[in-house]
Amino acid sequence: MGDLITMDDLSNKEIENLLDNAVRLLPVAKGDVHLPLLEGKVLANMFYENSTRTRMSFETAMKRLGGSVLNFSTTGSSVSKGETLYDTMQMIDGYADVAVIRHPRQGAAQYSADAIEIPVLNAGDGAGNHPTQTLLDLFTIRESHGTLKGLNVVLVGDLRYGRTVHSLSHALVRFGATLTLVSPKSLMMPVEIVSDLKEHGAKVTETSDFSATIDDADVIYMTRIQKERFPDEDEYAKVAGIYMLSAGDLSGAKKEMIVMHPLPRVVEIHPSVDSTMHARYFQQAFNGVVARMALLCDCLGVKIPKKVK
Amino acid sequence: MSEMRRVTAICNGTVVDHIPSGRAVQVLKMLRLDIGRSNPISLVMNVPSAKLGRKDVLKIEDRELNQEELDRLALLAPAASVAIIRNYSVAEKLKAELGEELVNIARCSFWNCITQNAREPLPQKLKVVNVDPLEIRCAYCGRGQDLDEIVDNIL
Repeated sequence: MGDLITMDDLSNKEIENLLDNAVRLLPVAKGDVHLPLLEGKVLANMFYENSTRTRMSFETAMKRLGGSVLNFSTTGSSVSKGETLYDTMQMIDGYADVAVIRHPRQGAAQYSADAIEIPVLNAGDGAGNHPTQTLLDLFTIRESHGTLKGLNVVLVGDLRYGRTVHSLSHALVRFGATLTLVSPKSLMMPVEIVSDLKEHGAKVTETSDFSATIDDADVIYMTRIQKERFPDEDEYAKVAGIYMLSAGDLSGAKKEMIVMHPLPRVVEIHPSVDSTMHARYFQQAFNGVVARMALLCDCLGVKIPKKVK
Repeated sequence: MSEMRRVTAICNGTVVDHIPSGRAVQVLKMLRLDIGRSNPISLVMNVPSAKLGRKDVLKIEDRELNQEELDRLALLAPAASVAIIRNYSVAEKLKAELGEELVNIARCSFWNCITQNAREPLPQKLKVVNVDPLEIRCAYCGRGQDLDEIVDNIL
């Protein structure tokens, strides 16, 4: 694998291999085993947009494997002087072995990948894709349910601008999941994506009634209504806080059902859910480290030993 | 009355036949033929056609379309037949063929695509995802582009 821009860059077999490798790297991610597989390698974290988990988990993943990290942000760099993405990426091509990019504009990751030689990993491009989040989401689902096949996954909230659900839905249908898409009319999944999902033969239901979907769900994937993506603030005000999940809503849920969220959350998951057996979102955030460790090794061509001790 | 008699034959130039009915004006725009200054152009619209039911025809005098222009034409008129005319007879018959990628033909229409920054130097690229029905997406941001948008955003 070279670049990872959308989930189409990975076959199902490659995804499963990455998830298997991620399982093997768990003791390294926890700091129990020292395994400097990426010693001497440099990762450039190119964040043109805010991030907590993605940036830090890439950094932790690289450092746990003995590599080093260049952190870039738009303030304090030549971007504020008007440097193009193309020019900035040319520099990174010379400074690092792999680039992770998050950018407010859609298509920025593919554009960067076309501009430079080193592998580019898309850490979120506007409302486009976020495939490395998908890897940790798939890891979390498989960790809880033992499989990805045949699950009923309910995606809730901002499906229009939510890049995590764009990438995740593509991957889930390839593994035979059934999707229930819950959103207000103004935030429905883009038609291109729904048409792609149906082309894969997926069972896809679209609804705005969240409460009716909870009891049949194997996974409830909540998302934040992202104020920063709305071109119009009035449109945001109409839908802010439209879906909220609290512990009381889960009384009829399946025992093994898990609640996920790419975080940060605002009001969509009440803290009362945190202590239920369904909550997985903090574990999910930790899983970002192992999933990204496996991915970094893969794109840098480094083999992970069969047994990690 | 046959369609060929609606407009006189041209001595030298290009005849674009079998344009879907109503598209000829968009084809002119797509081919970037500068109507204000260019050679004489005859445009025939909505004439009966055995193949298409109704069709449009363009006759462009003293101008031979090149391959890049044929690629552009293919977007709007994939079934068009193009004849290069020299001295009143057909010298060459060409087909408009739609490739997999359209490079620097039109700008992505999506307001938040990375290519909206005009100083970014990489070419504009659109991908042909499906030919029938025609489905075109930006190669960078993945947004679908409909034909009217493409015509509005030609480079």
